[in-house]
Formats: sequence, C-alpha cells, structure tokens
Amino acid sequence: MRHPSVLIFLSCLALFTVAVTVMAQAGMVSTSFVKTLGMTLCLCLVALAMDLIWGYAGILSLGHFAFFGLGGYMIGMWLMYARTEGIVVQSLAGSPLPATPEEIRQGIGTQIFGVVGGSDIPWVWSFAHSLPLQLLLVVLVPGLLALVFGWLAFRSRVTGVYLSILTQAMTLALALYLFQNDSGLRGNNGLSGLQNIPGVTAGQDRVSVWLLWASALALGLGYILCSIMVSGKFGSVIRAIRDDEQRVRFLGYPVEGYKLFVFTLTAIIAAIAGALYYPQAGIINPTELMPIASIYLAVWVAIGGRGRLYGAVIGAAVVSLLSSWFTGGRAPSIPLGFYTINWVDWWQVLLGLTFVLVTLLAPGGIGALFGRGR
Amino acid sequence: MSALLEVRGVSVSFDGFRAINNLSFAIGTAELRAVIGPNGAGKTTFMDIVTGKTRPDSGEVLFGEVPRSLLRMSEAQIARAGVGRKFQRPTVFENQSVFDNIMMALKKPRGPFSVLRFRASKSDRTRVRELADEVGLAPHLDRISGELSHGQKQWLEIGMLLAQEPRLLLVDEPAAGMTLGEREHTTELLTRLARTRAVVVVEHDMEFVRRLNCKVTVLHEGSVLAEGSLDHVTADARVIEVYLGR
Ligand SMILES: Nc1ncnc2c1ncn2[C@@H]1O[C@H](COP(=O)(O)OP(=O)(O)O)[C@@H](O)[C@H]1O
Ligand SMILES: [Mg+2]
Repeated sequence: MRHPSVLIFLSCLALFTVAVTVMAQAGMVSTSFVKTLGMTLCLCLVALAMDLIWGYAGILSLGHFAFFGLGGYMIGMWLMYARTEGIVVQSLAGSPLPATPEEIRQGIGTQIFGVVGGSDIPWVWSFAHSLPLQLLLVVLVPGLLALVFGWLAFRSRVTGVYLSILTQAMTLALALYLFQNDSGLRGNNGLSGLQNIPGVTAGQDRVSVWLLWASALALGLGYILCSIMVSGKFGSVIRAIRDDEQRVRFLGYPVEGYKLFVFTLTAIIAAIAGALYYPQAGIINPTELMPIASIYLAVWVAIGGRGRLYGAVIGAAVVSLLSSWFTGGRAPSIPLGFYTINWVDWWQVLLGLTFVLVTLLAPGGIGALFGRGR
Repeated sequence: MSALLEVRGVSVSFDGFRAINNLSFAIGTAELRAVIGPNGAGKTTFMDIVTGKTRPDSGEVLFGEVPRSLLRMSEAQIARAGVGRKFQRPTVFENQSVFDNIMMALKKPRGPFSVLRFRASKSDRTRVRELADEVGLAPHLDRISGELSHGQKQWLEIGMLLAQEPRLLLVDEPAAGMTLGEREHTTELLTRLARTRAVVVVEHDMEFVRRLNCKVTVLHEGSVLAEGSLDHVTADARVIEVYLGR
C-alpha cells in the first residue's frame, strides 16, 4: 500500500522540480516565483512533520514552527556572519597593514550588531564562522529543545489540550526572548540578507534554482522517512497511541518514549525545513516564531487531511500558495456596490471558514478525495 | 505452591472513599481464580492496582518467583514483566486490522528503536495466524477490527492477550456480551490457560463461575469477604447477605 503512493509522490515532485527549472531557465517564471515555490516545498516538509506528530501520533503540537524558526536562525547566523566577514575583510584590505583577527572580529561585530547598539559578538555566535558546525546546530538546538520540552511534558503525562497550550507557551516564550535586543540575535531586526550565500558568485536566478532543488530533495527524503515511520509496526504503535494510549501501555510499550521520539524527530525535520526556507525568504525575525504560525501549520494539515502524508503536503502547498496570492494584493477585489471585498483582509476569514467547514463536513480534508486513509 | 502474585494489606481511597480496604490476595504460578463481588466492590480497582494504573495509598504488591514490587514500576514495565489484562469493555485498536492488532501484542522487544527496525518474520506471521485461529478470527485477519461484532472484539482482545504470553492474566468480566457457545469456549480456554499460568477472572455471572470450577474469592467493600470453593463461599452467611441475597 505504501510503495505505490511514495513512488507517485516522488515522481510528481521530480517532475515539478524539473518543470520549474526548465521554465526558470527559459525565463517563463520569475526568480521570486521560483523562491516562492522553493519555500512552499519547505512548508510542505514541515507540514509532513506536523502530520506525523498530530495525524499519526495524535499529539497536537502547536509549537512546531518554533523548531522551524530555530533552524532558520541557526543557518542564518552562518549566512550573515560569513558574508559580513567577507565584506569586512575586503574593506580592511585597503589599509597598509594586514588586518589582525581582532580587527576583523571588531568589524564584524559592529556591522552585525550595530542595529542593537553593540559591537561585541555574543557567545551564541561562537560557531557562526563555521558552516559544518552551524549545520550541526540546525539539528542539535531544536532537537535538544524538543527533547527537553518533550521529556518534561510527556513524563508528567500532559496530553490533549493541555499539551497544545504548553507548546504554544513554548513558542511564544521563545519568540519573546528573541525579540529582546540582548538575546544576541538582533532582537526584532532578526537576521537579514540571508539570500546571499557567502562564497557564491552566481546570481539569484541560479541560487534560487539550487535552493529549489535542495528543498525538493529534503522533501523527498522527508517523505520517504515519514512513510517508513508510519508503515509497519512502528506506525501501528503510534496510531494505537493516538487512539488509546493507556491500552498501549498495558501492551508493554513505553508510550512516553515513543512520543518523545516522534516529537524530537519531527522537530528536527521542521528545523531542516526552516534552514532551507529562510535562505530563500532572505530574512528571519522573531515574528516567525509567534504562536499563530504554528496554528496555521495545524490548519494546513487539517485542510489537507491528517493521517495521510500526501494530504499534509497538498494542504500546505495549496493553502500557502493561495495565501500568498490573496495577501499579495494580486487577487482581484470584489465590488459589491455597498462594500468591496478586499482579499488582503478577507482571506483570513475565508481560510477560517474553510477550516471550520473542513473540520465539520470533511474531516479527511482534501487528501480524502484521493483515497482511503489509515 | 509458591505465590506468583501477592497483594498485602493494600488500601486506596478516592476522595476519601475507600475503594480498596486492607486487601490481601495471593495466587500461585499455575492457578485459576474467580473473583466475584457486587458492583462497586473494587474488583476493577484491584486490577488497576496490580497493573500499575492506580497507585495504592498503602500496602505491597509483589510479583514473580523472586518477588519484585510492582509499585515502583510503570504500566508498561509491569506488562513487560508478564502481567496481561483484559478490560471489561473490549478495547482493541479499531482503526487497525485484526492482524496488526495481534502483531502489536506479539511478545517482542517493545522499545521505539527495536520496533522501528522490526520486520515480521515468517514465524511471526504464522504465530499471528495460529493465535487468530485459536480465537476463531482466522477468516477475519485482514478486516479492520472496528467492523467486528462485540463478541469478536472480545475474542480479539483475548487473542492479543495470548500473544503477549503473560504469566499472570487478569480478565475483567469476559463473558459480558457473549453467546452461550462463546461462553463455553471462553471457560474452556481459560481453564486450559491456567495450566501454565496464573489467571484471575472477575465475573458477575454465577453460572460462568461455576463452570470455571476453581477457587473463588469474594470481594466486598474493597476487602476479601470469603475465599474457597464456590459451594463453600455461597454457603457463607455474610456472602449470602451482601451478594447472593439481593
Ligand atoms: N478513578 C476513580 N475515582 C473515583 N472513584 C473510583 C475510581 N475508580 C473506582 N472508583 C470507585 O471505587 C469503587 C470500586 O469500583 P470498581 O473497582 O470499578 O468496582 P467493581 O469493578 O467491583 O464493580 C466504586 O464505588 C467506584 O465508584
Ligand atoms: Mg468493574
């Protein structure tokens, strides 16, 4: 049952990526649209993680965008540091004496942290000079946060609505912390200029296609991983936990261990998605980690159809693309004579209504149109 | 006969109400025992305590040849130590097939990492089929268990219990919702199982208990009122008063 659907998905993904690449080369789609599509693939990946934790394991986490954002911050630090380093080194090259490492650090500090009134490089940037180390942090920081948070929450058997609220509190706390100037991550300015990959001279038209491919690869691998997890006995056990966790305990399965494992793994998937998303978005700031983002994630998965991997992907793709179309000001307003429906404002209402209707009338979501779920 | 399970002086209160009151109980390694008692006597709570779902306020619960306390173990650890439980209402995973339900229960490593690597071998599949056959569900292996009849779900749950290969089986009101033929099959199965392990059966139905033909423990208001053969306990004046006389 799983193999044909995985193959179909991977073929569609490959076809899509090749088609976009060809059209981008031919100048039929703009660079910014390629980026939008690449970002959409990243959103599909985080939706996949959400489906695994919510649709299959039954844990309605409303905090997974925190991990997505953290992943973005971790890669953003390297992008910003390495690029600034390049600029500083270049500007100091004009001086008669070769620049000391101290001068370079000073220069980088002033460039990056001038906006928050500082010039010292905070300790959280200790590894920002190294791409491999910072890539490791993309996995480690969100992974450890999820591990500690999940351990505390699951060990005390927090479930259902209480767990959802707790995850909201987590992402809110993290966002508020990042908003502070002395958090070391430039407060509400966030990290910017992330679209410029240090050491890469190719234009954005090329870079956007590379990132599209990287995002497609990550989504494809994520899909394979998730489909391995949900099929077979592991999938049986997590769906059983979703349906009746007490009964699973009496079968001898360490339920908390399973929850923690899925929670942490999905946090890492979300972080990787974020690390690919923000170089395409170009900027990340703490607003991205506000609780509403994680709620949207749940809405995408609900509309797409939870408990089906392709449902999550479809939901994320359809809703996020529609959302950027409606809020991008390109959707034509509807004049009613006495009132004009302006989609930038009314899109949220439409989305909210859709969510309510899908929940009430079609709990299987869009994915249910394509086949039976499990 | 040495005891496999020994419950000593256990008490538990819910909001001041003593559901279990200084209860002591022991069962041997290969023994069938019926536990009877009026509604609210604490039979289900007794099972909750043994399986780790409810923590007693005082007392001791020991399990195994080398007695180990169950009170410090989690539900899952107790289950892995060899205590299996059948619930009053049949509880199977309704969204999954009969095969998957039994496969999940099959005695195998339970940790997430070993389960992730698990691939069912030919002998695992054969074992699942045997178990399904034993509980009369062989023709229904691929069906979603939510579609089964009430009685079939009871059987599926019993099949899952067998798959766990427990050393102590706690069975809460197995005959509920079963036809006469199914009841006979159940008594036959329980008696057979009790030859190699300990089986505690909670039951309301006197006819069913009589057919089990085993030692009977009468619970009342959270403690043991009488113990012995069915004829012995039914002759007990206090038992007649609280239970049979009504
Ligand atoms: N979790 C609980 N909270 C409060 N009261 C409980 C709880 N579990 C059981 N009781 C009470 O304890 C008593 C014993 O219940 P139970 O063990 O279910 O009886 P039985 O299975 O013998 O009919 C009942 O009066 C019941 O209301
Ligand atoms: Mg009961």
